Amino acid sequence: MRIAGKISIAILILISLLSLFAPFVSGYNPDKINLDSLKEPPSFEHPFGTDNKGRDIFSRVLYGGRISISVALTAAFFSMGIGLVVGLFSGYFGGKIDTAIMALVDLILSFPTLLLAIGVSIIFPPGIYTVMIAIAAVGWASFARLIRGYILTLREAPFVEAARALGCSDMRILFVYLMPQCIPLSLVMMGLKLGGYILTEASLSFLGLGAQPPTATWGSMISANRAYISSALWMVLFPGLMIAVTALCFNTLGDTLRDRYGLHFH
Amino acid sequence: MNTYLLKRLFLLVPLLLGVTLLTFTLTKALPGDPVLSMVGERAQPEVIEKIRKELGTDKNVFSQYLGYVGLMLKGEFGRSYYTNRKVFDDILLKFPNTLKLALGAMIIAIPVGLFLGFISAYKKDTITDRVISSLSVTGLSLPVFWSGLLLMLFFSLKLKLFPPSGTGDIRFLILPSITLSLPAIATLTRVTRTTLIEIYDMPFVATARAKGITELKINFIHVFKNAFIPLVTVIGLDFGSYLNGAVLTETIFGWDGIGRFTMEGIIKRDYPVIMGCIIVGTIIFVLINLLVDVIYHYLDPRVRLHENSR
Repeated sequence: MRIAGKISIAILILISLLSLFAPFVSGYNPDKINLDSLKEPPSFEHPFGTDNKGRDIFSRVLYGGRISISVALTAAFFSMGIGLVVGLFSGYFGGKIDTAIMALVDLILSFPTLLLAIGVSIIFPPGIYTVMIAIAAVGWASFARLIRGYILTLREAPFVEAARALGCSDMRILFVYLMPQCIPLSLVMMGLKLGGYILTEASLSFLGLGAQPPTATWGSMISANRAYISSALWMVLFPGLMIAVTALCFNTLGDTLRDRYGLHFH
Repeated sequence: MNTYLLKRLFLLVPLLLGVTLLTFTLTKALPGDPVLSMVGERAQPEVIEKIRKELGTDKNVFSQYLGYVGLMLKGEFGRSYYTNRKVFDDILLKFPNTLKLALGAMIIAIPVGLFLGFISAYKKDTITDRVISSLSVTGLSLPVFWSGLLLMLFFSLKLKLFPPSGTGDIRFLILPSITLSLPAIATLTRVTRTTLIEIYDMPFVATARAKGITELKINFIHVFKNAFIPLVTVIGLDFGSYLNGAVLTETIFGWDGIGRFTMEGIIKRDYPVIMGCIIVGTIIFVLINLLVDVIYHYLDPRVRLHENSR
């Protein structure tokens, strides 16, 4: 599994770099309509073919990757950040705040994720920020629960007692002593969650709740091109392949990290 | 036992409050008149007046919310902007189709997932195990709206084995069920594998082996009995998520269930439809979770003892 993890990282870096340097990798403007090259199959000029408006699929996939990956990463960072702080406070202070916060966490975790995300994303106008908010609004809960549980085991640890005896304030103990301890665990959790976030982003984009046309995202390309599946398979095949490969790499990476650090999540 | 059930039922209250509060906030956040957005622009003035009265738009937010919940309890989820039909009636009409799809997916996922998970655990760390594990991670990473389209292309458009889309008899049901079952098979395989591996490490398995009991008996009587309960939980929870995961699958295959209804609502910005579907979807999900918990409770004497001693 170690090798699988390394290969996953390599593929993820490759996809990210290609997307980041998309203007240099592909000579085509992703949104430029070209009536001379409608629905062309993959060729040397257009490695992934062109769509029904003559746009180069390869460059649309690369530019779409910028959105899909950065939305998933941003949502993951926000989920982690919020979950980390909430979990720290909840676990450290305990009592009524803890009970209330954990009730909220249970509430969120018992909603069906995609429906909740749809609910959140119809409040705001469709767009990438809406998708980020929708994912993070649901995502922080699992981080909060994990961190809280971990803090409960650390709260009475000797180094925390020592800090307290030295007269450290609660805030200092929380953010200087306890928070760094939670970072590795949070990162592993993030690795496990990112594959799912890529899929949620793709699903919300597919449903038309993400970035709006003509901006390309992997999910919206599949949604827009699905009518052409029998005449021009490449229009749907490649965006979906990118989603699947990216999600697969993140999932494999997450599993590798979990096994490596011997962590068990429930 | 009954106190346990009561406790669990009581926990439903905050959940339902949560979901209605969410959709209520949505109605308030949407531009325009919330009453009009519930009954639709084309409703008769008397109906609008009646809803306005029941909702109490002239009163404060809190009593408005109470009025809103009251309307929901009567099955009044508002009317679609476009068809002017009652959302709740449409949901009742489409629910059996979603249920059929979810059952279809379950019939495929349970035997396949259990079988693959068992083989994987039994042959732990061999090539077979690695292949199955890689397949199940892949299954988890496939976007269903993409795998569904590819299945449709291959089996309906190329091989012409099944109709590509529509609602109808079993021939229409097979492809969407397979699509919906793929992530479920992946999850079930992974959970079965981990559960069984944990059980294989337990002393009673070693004892059974030492006593010379056949592998067949060990697996089917000793191991499976212990794995049964966690697996029932996962299957039950999955069933709840099939009912909801159907949004994407039903859209692809034009299957006339709640999922496609939700999608149409989203495309047309038909807010009463979206909100009705979210509320009903959540209630179903939560009720299934509750049911699974109760079944779990009945099946496992350890859980029962633990609950009673508290």
